[in-house]
Amino acid sequence: MQNFAFHRPKSLSEAVSALKQADEGKLLSGGQSLIPVMKLNLAAPSDLVCISSLDELRGIRTEAGRLIIGAATTHGEVDASAEVKTAIPALADLAAGIGDPQVRNRGTLGGSIAHNDPAADYPAAVVALDGEIATDRRTIKAEAFFSGMFETALDDDEIIVAVSFAVPDRAAYAKFPNPASRFAVVGVMVAQHKSGTRVAVVGAGANVFRATDMEKALDGSFDPSALDGVAVSADELTTDLQASAQYRAHLVTVMAKRAVAACG
Amino acid sequence: MANQGIGASVKRKEDLRFITGRGRYTDDISVPGQLHAHVVRSPYAHAAITAIDTSEAKNAPGVVAVFTGADMAADNVGSLPCGWLIHSKDGSPMVEPPYPPLVADRAKHVGDNVALVIAETRQQAAQAGQLVAENIEYDELPAIVSTAGAAADGAPQVHSEAANNTCYDWELGDKAATDAAFASAHHVTTLDVVQNRLVPNAIEPRACLAEYDPATGDYTLHLTSQNPHVIRLLMSAFVLGIPEHKLRIVAPDVGGGFGSKIFPYAEEAMLLWAAGKLGRAIKWTAERSESFMTDRHGRDHVTRVELALAKDGAFVGLRVATIANLGAYLSAFGSSIPTYLYGTLLAGCYTTPAVYVEVRAVFTNTAPVDAYRGAGRPEAAFLLERVVDVAAREMGIDPVEIRRKNFIPEDAFPYQTPVALEYDSGNYHATLDLALEKSDYAGFETRRDAARQRGKLRGIGVSTYVEACGIAPSSVAGALGARAGLYESAQVRVHPTGSVTVYTGSHSHGQGHETTFAQLVHESLGVPVDQVEVVHGDTSKVAFGMGTYGSRSLAVGGVALHNALQKVIAKGKKIAAHMLEASDADIEFAENSFAVTGTDRSMAFADIAFAAYVPHNFPHDQLEPGLDETAFYDPKNFTFPAGCHVVEVEIDPDTGAVEVVNVTVSDDVGRVINPMIVDGQIHGGLAQGIGQALFEDCQYDPESGQLLTGSYMNYTMPRAADLPFYNVGNHVTLCRHNALGVKGVGEVGSIGVPPAVINAIVDALAHLGVTHIDMPATPERVWRAIRDAQAAKA
Amino acid sequence: MATVSMRVNGKAVSADVEPATLLAELLREKLGLTGTHVGCDTSQCGACVVHVGGKSVKSCTMLAVEADGAEVKTIEGLAENGQLHPVQEAFREHHGLQCGFCTPGMIMSAVDLLARTSDPSEREIRDWLEGNLCRCTGYHNIVKAVQAAARAGRE
Repeated sequence: MQNFAFHRPKSLSEAVSALKQADEGKLLSGGQSLIPVMKLNLAAPSDLVCISSLDELRGIRTEAGRLIIGAATTHGEVDASAEVKTAIPALADLAAGIGDPQVRNRGTLGGSIAHNDPAADYPAAVVALDGEIATDRRTIKAEAFFSGMFETALDDDEIIVAVSFAVPDRAAYAKFPNPASRFAVVGVMVAQHKSGTRVAVVGAGANVFRATDMEKALDGSFDPSALDGVAVSADELTTDLQASAQYRAHLVTVMAKRAVAACG
Repeated sequence: MANQGIGASVKRKEDLRFITGRGRYTDDISVPGQLHAHVVRSPYAHAAITAIDTSEAKNAPGVVAVFTGADMAADNVGSLPCGWLIHSKDGSPMVEPPYPPLVADRAKHVGDNVALVIAETRQQAAQAGQLVAENIEYDELPAIVSTAGAAADGAPQVHSEAANNTCYDWELGDKAATDAAFASAHHVTTLDVVQNRLVPNAIEPRACLAEYDPATGDYTLHLTSQNPHVIRLLMSAFVLGIPEHKLRIVAPDVGGGFGSKIFPYAEEAMLLWAAGKLGRAIKWTAERSESFMTDRHGRDHVTRVELALAKDGAFVGLRVATIANLGAYLSAFGSSIPTYLYGTLLAGCYTTPAVYVEVRAVFTNTAPVDAYRGAGRPEAAFLLERVVDVAAREMGIDPVEIRRKNFIPEDAFPYQTPVALEYDSGNYHATLDLALEKSDYAGFETRRDAARQRGKLRGIGVSTYVEACGIAPSSVAGALGARAGLYESAQVRVHPTGSVTVYTGSHSHGQGHETTFAQLVHESLGVPVDQVEVVHGDTSKVAFGMGTYGSRSLAVGGVALHNALQKVIAKGKKIAAHMLEASDADIEFAENSFAVTGTDRSMAFADIAFAAYVPHNFPHDQLEPGLDETAFYDPKNFTFPAGCHVVEVEIDPDTGAVEVVNVTVSDDVGRVINPMIVDGQIHGGLAQGIGQALFEDCQYDPESGQLLTGSYMNYTMPRAADLPFYNVGNHVTLCRHNALGVKGVGEVGSIGVPPAVINAIVDALAHLGVTHIDMPATPERVWRAIRDAQAAKA
Repeated sequence: MATVSMRVNGKAVSADVEPATLLAELLREKLGLTGTHVGCDTSQCGACVVHVGGKSVKSCTMLAVEADGAEVKTIEGLAENGQLHPVQEAFREHHGLQCGFCTPGMIMSAVDLLARTSDPSEREIRDWLEGNLCRCTGYHNIVKAVQAAARAGRE
């Protein structure tokens, strides 16, 4: 790993200015994706700004029909949170299936979505639960946030403070894990809101996306059978060692049905 | 005292240090002033090296030296040798291209060693390595990685001396008799089988620490090896020319091997050589990504197998044509694995009268392939047990019954197969019966129905295998082309107070020698196991050893120890006769005590040991002081473990995901010394076998030759959640030609279970029209098999 | 260089490290605690698992500077007053190890599981061990050992 300057700011504003001053600074928020990438010399930031223990980025609360989770909350904390389990049990379930226990003890919500790995689980929840990403300077709607593979709408020196999720009537996440890495080959979050059903897919393509045909079908009848014959096109999907695009397209329907069934 | 001898599940003596973090693995060892090495590796599968400029790296912080292939060639460093000479059908010897530790002009696989950087710290070495890498000019050449395609006309050539990338074209068996059997057969079943390439993946990465003392000329190499004496011999005699008495090799605690740590590796040669040049200690530890690129891989065959049957299902002939991938270079045992450890096992458990196998071994631009747990025998068992199942289905015979019908009967041992081996003992019906009973084979259809209710497709698969361990009788091995004998040594040093140190040429890297071998001492001498120290892995302590692989530790090393123990008893009797004033012939040894037959006069073992070292009035012309005996044991034959593995799977038809729900095995591994350890060996082999069947698949890009599965992110290792508890049983028939009756257990799991898994999957899907599926049976592969079969039906 | 201070196995330590130093490197190379092993470079194998602040983490995927001020426990600190931890005892009793290389991480991971749940099911144990690879045991006796340690803890 290349060396770098390490900063541990005491406040959000200190973190922002440390990042602004750095040549090629990066935020460190758990590091479960960033440190491996740096070890393989695929990233070599000049500065690391560690934000995982900033008070402003912590806390879980429910407010006006939305669940708000601080960006530095670990996956393990989300999984264990009574507040999350009451409001959106599917979100706790999703967090419980990320990586392995040690990754969940370090990795954070903010770190995960800022990295926007196409096979990460959280983006499915953020999109399906009509998420809003609050940063040090603005609020970004989920679909505008995830702009592409490993890309987000964040400015270089922008820091995620919290993510707010709409509490749905019911929701579930179904994942077909990559047997080697445990990332999602396909993960589908289905959430039924008063405003309509959202179906968000990760793993299958270069970026999280909504399966709008499935949403329409489920708005008609919220039952797995409503998805019979409803599939996403394989054209834009990923082919890699673990799965072809065609198989992924098939899995999206299977996982979506399972998520609907799990909604009860 | 609880029973500690043969048959007792004594808790392992080695465990305390491992569970408290006090194990001492190679990378844990540091010496003052040590330097660190970084190997600059080829990013290309095949490339000419046109220029290397190391000047920038040499001036980088902390850098002590940068060496290239030219530097090693200038010192006449030799090629890494191959230990087994195979001859082709036409009698010509195999092609043996050089295997330089550092390549000078051409890199032949991704990860091939191009330069060695030595610096004060690991990070400095790595950073300077980056500078070297940036200053190498390569001329990238077309690469060949395909096993099936390597010998084709027009394929890129890996070595100029190996036309059509062919190392040898070997055969075994009676071709004419086999062809005749096929000509008159009632039915012929043909199957094309791919043996997936595997990466052994011991969890401890390879490492070495080389030291050189310019004042004495002594070299010391700590390394991750299953085989320290042979490494010393090869480094001395073939690679570096270091006088053998000046080279000490120590394999301390070693974190798993599974074959991959048998062989001499380039890094070991490079570090020893560089330590000598610099007069400093140098350490190197592989990153896991380097392990994937440069550890020896396993398997990688493509095979067409044909089984000829009579109308009643009797096997009348077997014909096998295999292409085996050797990788870019001939590794130490690489040539023997797809020949004498494979072709010789193709009779299996069956009385097939005519067997013919031909193997073309090819070079490709991939990591060298050599022994990996099972080494040749899983390849043989897989294709036999698959083709037998396919034949049974084609002929409408129950897969268990067709096996029974063709088994070598219990009273036929010793049994000479048509492919060179003579099986000494076994009872294949008994192991099969036991496995069927323990797995409730008869009740399977109820479980299949219950699974169907849950939307799952359940299948059951059986395999009955035999394998050959205890490599090897030197005379047999020598006749087959081995360039070494394969005996083992043991020394038993009884100390004056009666405690014992055993020096064995075997090496433990997880197998528990320190316990099992101590149990052998207890069995013979009555000394408690906590009074026995087992020393292994250090050439300065142990006289000589051929190392641990091929399930040979107990079958060869254990018998050597047994023989040395008998010498100790014989010497003890002489001492007792003298002390008790009786004749040698009247002394009996039992229960830790020497007694004069028919009297109450006796001396405890410890007292005899004391007398041996305090010999006040020994008749020196007849009796030497001391109690320290050595034996070298060269077996008369291989040993032949065998057994039956039964696997049940459940398949999710929507995703193709396979869950292994039941694994029941019944193995005959000969006499069991420590049942707890034996079961543990079987468990581990089963997990690796299931890994091959369902998960593991080393892949290279067919065009670029890049390694696509270069980390745990994309090479699937079996995890706890992927596996069930195993139902393990054994049925013992004793080996008839060694004193302990032992056969070997290290590899049976990985040999027997892969075909049982695939047979179970095919059984679950047979009603849909699926007849075969290649390993690994990944979810997508299973899903496609279902879809394709349904499409074919429609 | 940065100076980090932490308590390791109950003892205050401080060391000067480059920011790029991993916690595993600090433990192994500066503090001589070589019981923590490194078996991969992609945070999968779990041979390096230690406890930071009472939770299991992969010390190869955490910077030493991130552990500044933390309470760290390694395999060497698990036995107290010469008494093996029940999980260590169970691994020995049930042959939950062979080569021993994955064992420290495996034990530290299992200890964290049992701190959270005193009566895990077989499935929970297997799922929990997702981040720990073992190539020797086929996991059979590891799962048995964790079950036994859980039983012992409840008694």
